[in-house]
Formats: sequence, C-alpha cells, structure tokens
Amino acid sequence: MKAKKLRQLIDRVKPQFQKGGKLAKLHSTFDAFESFLFVPDRVAQNGAHIRDSIDLKRTMTVVILALFPALIFGMLNVGFQHFLSVGKDVAFFSWQGFGFGFLKVFPIIVVSYVTGLGIEFIFAQVKGHEVNEGFLVSGMLIPLIMPVDVPLWMVALATAFAVVFGKEVFGGTGMNVFNPALLSRVFLFFAYPAFMTGDKIWIAGLTKGQGVIDGFSGATPLGEAAAGHIDKMPKFIDMFLGTIPGSIGETSTLAILIGAIILVATGIGSWKIMVSVILGGLFMGGILNLWGANSYMHVPFYYHLVMGGFAFGAVFMATDPVTGAQTEKGKWIYGFFIGLMSILIRVVNPAYPEGVMLAILLMNVFAPLIDYFVVQSNINRRLKRIPVKV
Amino acid sequence: MSQLFSAKNLKLLTNPLNMENPITVQVLGICSALAVTVKMKPAFVMALSVTIVAAFSNLIISTLRKGIPARIRIIVQLVVVATLVIIVDQLLRAFVYDVSKQLSVFVGLIITNCILMGRLEAFAMANKPWESFIDGIGNGMGYGWILIGVSFVRELLGSGTVWGYPIMEKLGVYTIGYVNNGVMIMPPMALILVGVIIWIQRSRSKKLIESK
Repeated sequence: MKAKKLRQLIDRVKPQFQKGGKLAKLHSTFDAFESFLFVPDRVAQNGAHIRDSIDLKRTMTVVILALFPALIFGMLNVGFQHFLSVGKDVAFFSWQGFGFGFLKVFPIIVVSYVTGLGIEFIFAQVKGHEVNEGFLVSGMLIPLIMPVDVPLWMVALATAFAVVFGKEVFGGTGMNVFNPALLSRVFLFFAYPAFMTGDKIWIAGLTKGQGVIDGFSGATPLGEAAAGHIDKMPKFIDMFLGTIPGSIGETSTLAILIGAIILVATGIGSWKIMVSVILGGLFMGGILNLWGANSYMHVPFYYHLVMGGFAFGAVFMATDPVTGAQTEKGKWIYGFFIGLMSILIRVVNPAYPEGVMLAILLMNVFAPLIDYFVVQSNINRRLKRIPVKV
Repeated sequence: MSQLFSAKNLKLLTNPLNMENPITVQVLGICSALAVTVKMKPAFVMALSVTIVAAFSNLIISTLRKGIPARIRIIVQLVVVATLVIIVDQLLRAFVYDVSKQLSVFVGLIITNCILMGRLEAFAMANKPWESFIDGIGNGMGYGWILIGVSFVRELLGSGTVWGYPIMEKLGVYTIGYVNNGVMIMPPMALILVGVIIWIQRSRSKKLIESK
C-alpha cells in the first residue's frame, strides 16, 4: 500500500519535471530518484539486446556488500585501537569499541557521499546527463582508505577534487583514467602530508595525546619497518586478522578476503587481477629477500601481503573495471606490475612507506597501453595465419 | 593620435587577452607558466619581462622586416630576442636581485618562449612597427594575466599569502583548523589551474571548442 502511495506521488509531480514543465531543468535529478525507488517501466522496443540481470546498480550494490566486512571490522578496530592507546582494557568485539568506531567513521562516510553525490548531481544537471550510480562505490572506498583522524573538511575537499578532476572532466562514470577513490587519497597525501603520514594519525585521538599511556606507539607495521624497527613489527597473524593501526578499512586481510570471495563468486571483481597483483608482490618480495641489502629487505616476502593496504588495493582498487586493463592477458600484466611496483616503492623508497596507492595509479595510466599491445599482438598472430600476403 | 589607437589597433591589444590568448588558446609558453607561478611576485616580474621583450622584439623586427633576407630570418629574430633578454636579465639582477634568483633560468629561457617566435613570425614580419609593438604588448599581457591569476591562487592556497602578505594568518583561519595545501606548490597543480581557466573560457565562448 505504501509503495502505491509513493508511486502516485511520483506520478503526480512527474509532469513538472518533463519537457515544458516548471522544473524541467532538474529532470535528471528526478529521474535518479525515480529509478532509485522504482524499476523504470520503459523497455527498449527494437534492436538486439543482451538480456542479463546485472546492471550498474547491481554491480555497485555487490561491491558495497563486499566492502562491508572491511567496514565493520574497521569500525571495531578504530575503537579497539583507541582504547588500547589510552590503556583501557576493552575486548575487540565489544559494543563500546564498535560504538566509538562507528561515531568516528560514520561522519567520514556521510561527508564523502554528500560531497561526491552532490557534485555528480550538479554535473548531471549542467550537462543534461542522467545521474548514474558511479559514485556509490567510490563514496564507500574513500572513507575506508582514510586515517581515522582526518579532518572532515579535508575529506570533502579531496572527494570534490577526485570527482571533478578525476572523473567529470573526463566525461563522468566509465570514462575516468584514474581510480577516483585513490585520487582523493593521493590528493590529501601530497596536499596535507602531516595528516596522512606519520605514527600518530592512525589511531583516533592520538594526535591530541590526551590520556595516552606512556611508551605507546601508534606506528603502523609499515611505519615500523620503514624506520628500521623490524623487531617491533606485529606478528603475522595479528596483521592478517587486522588488529593493528592503519587506515580504517585496510588493516584486516581476513575481512578483505571475505570481500574478495564475494567479488569473485559473483564475477564482478576479476580474480586474474587479484591473483596477479599478489604474484607480483610475492615476486618482488622474493627478489628483495635475495638481495637483502638492509633489514627491511629481510622481511619475509609473504609478510608484504598482510601489511599496509596491499590486500585492499589488490581486491578493491586494482580490480576497478574502468581504470584497469580490459583484455584477459592484459589483466595479468597489469596486476603483476601493480604488485611489483607496490613492494618496490614500499621497501626501496624511504619517502613513501606505502606504495600500493602510487603503484595502482601508475598502472592506471598504462592500462590502455597494455590493452593496445595485447590486441595488436593478437591481430599480428592471426594475420600470420593468412596464407596470402595482405 | 586617434590614428594610433584606432579600433583595429585596440583589437590587437585586447584579442590576446581572451579569444587569442597565447596560453589558453594557442597553448604556447606553458613551461614557464608552470614553473614561475608558485608566488605572485616572480610571476608578475616574469609577465612584465615577457611583455617588454615581446613588444620591443616585435618593434625591432618589424622595422627591419624589409631588410631581413627570408632565408636567415629566424637567426636574425633570435639575435634580437636574445639581446633584449640579456638586457632584461641584467636589469633584473641589478634592481630586483631576489626575484631574479627565484626566476633563475626562466628569464634566459624567454629566448626560447614560443610566444615570442610565434608573434615575430606571424605578425611582425608582415606588419608595420607600431601595430607590431601593440601586438607584442597585447600578447605579453595575455600571457601575463594567466600567470598572475594562476600564481594568485597558488600562493593564496599553497602558502597562505598574497604578494608575500600573510593574509590567511591575519584572517585567523589557521586557528580553526585550516591548513595550507601542499599540492598547490607543486607544478602539477599549475597545470590543473591552467586547465580550469581553459575550461571556464571554452564553456563561455563555444567558438573556441575544437570540432572533432
């Protein structure tokens, strides 16, 4: 009954938004809300159409679903780390910890969505496009790759920058060269390094230092490793489970693994990219193990998979179908180099403790080139089969 | 006098400011626009230097245009430009040494600035001295306002100052959590800002949008 009432309401205001109506300028905003609430009743009448149950809205919903384990874990961990830093004994799975984490993380999510969707709606009006679901995933990814204490206005600014200069100038969803979520992070990373790097920012309240117990270090495993304190790094199992300081959603490899299973099982994330990123990371880690010029290079190669944002990048960032390689062979090359570059930047370049973000953005640039050569080599291979010279 | 500033001549002065802007429309002289726009003062001095060199090289080449053999005209133009740039460089060193230090090689690189060669080839070789002089000033100003505009935004957001005056500090925004934006000091942001100017300009005058 409620749905019927809603339908009637929408039908009543609809003429206002159509051509000649008073609010015709806002028609794409209206369309967006209408199709959000009801499946459109219009179907294509002619031409060949592939029938498939998957569309952009469903794809995005599945990715959001896959992000949930990491998000919930992130909230739990924000609370856990905070209470750890002030010396309160609170269990990891506790309402107190979750409540604290929720209150810290939720505003970031709201700011990210409001800013991003606001800009998407404005651009859709100005250009006369449909509003599409492109920002739904980016809006969730952005909070998950932020340190918990990041000021909200910075989140808004970075989101605005990423959506305008990463996406809209290239023509909107599906046309972007760079992953918008990573672009927002890279913007903050270079614009406000004091808020994005260091030992203090990863745990809520640590920068203010109120009530922090003596000798407590908020450094991430990567921070410790970059500083040469290999012995201070957490145990492998802790880093795998994710009870360590870090960006909100990236710490738990386990939670990300659950997300990866959802993405692969539904066929939305490319398992080839995930596997090849991991292979690339292991390969570079192995080489550095063999080289062994300093104590960081002696860190066992498989440790790199659970440290920092490697797993998160491999599962949720590298697999972005718009900015990644499209060809099947290209995905292997693309992913392998992401893994390789990540570990190389992470271990060898002292200025950047983490290299996943930069590696993925770098390979975003090369993805079309990789695809081009894969397609060309296929054409050449098949041309050779022709007996007659062309 | 009215002859000197006829409507046609005024066009020479105002066209390069917008519709024929050397940076945003002809996309010339980009490198120096990215390099010297961190602060307003060097950007202003750079804009002034380019304007002076453009105006006088146009004037000199236009005066000599009938006597320059076509086959060696590029070399003659270069000699004139180089001479003027050296004079400007020496003046800067003598009177504004600190700015000259900040501009470093970019004053010398005015010699290779495409705007100058472009104006000499396209305008001064075929027009009378006075028109050429105005054209040089117009193009220098077209280049200049972009530089000053970009450097204003970069200095304001990147360093929190305007022409060295700490405006952000005086406004007291640091106390409420505002922080200077480090990306603004990096060259990529200059490129993006020039891009934004191009974006605004083309969305205002559709004529400038290239057909596909």
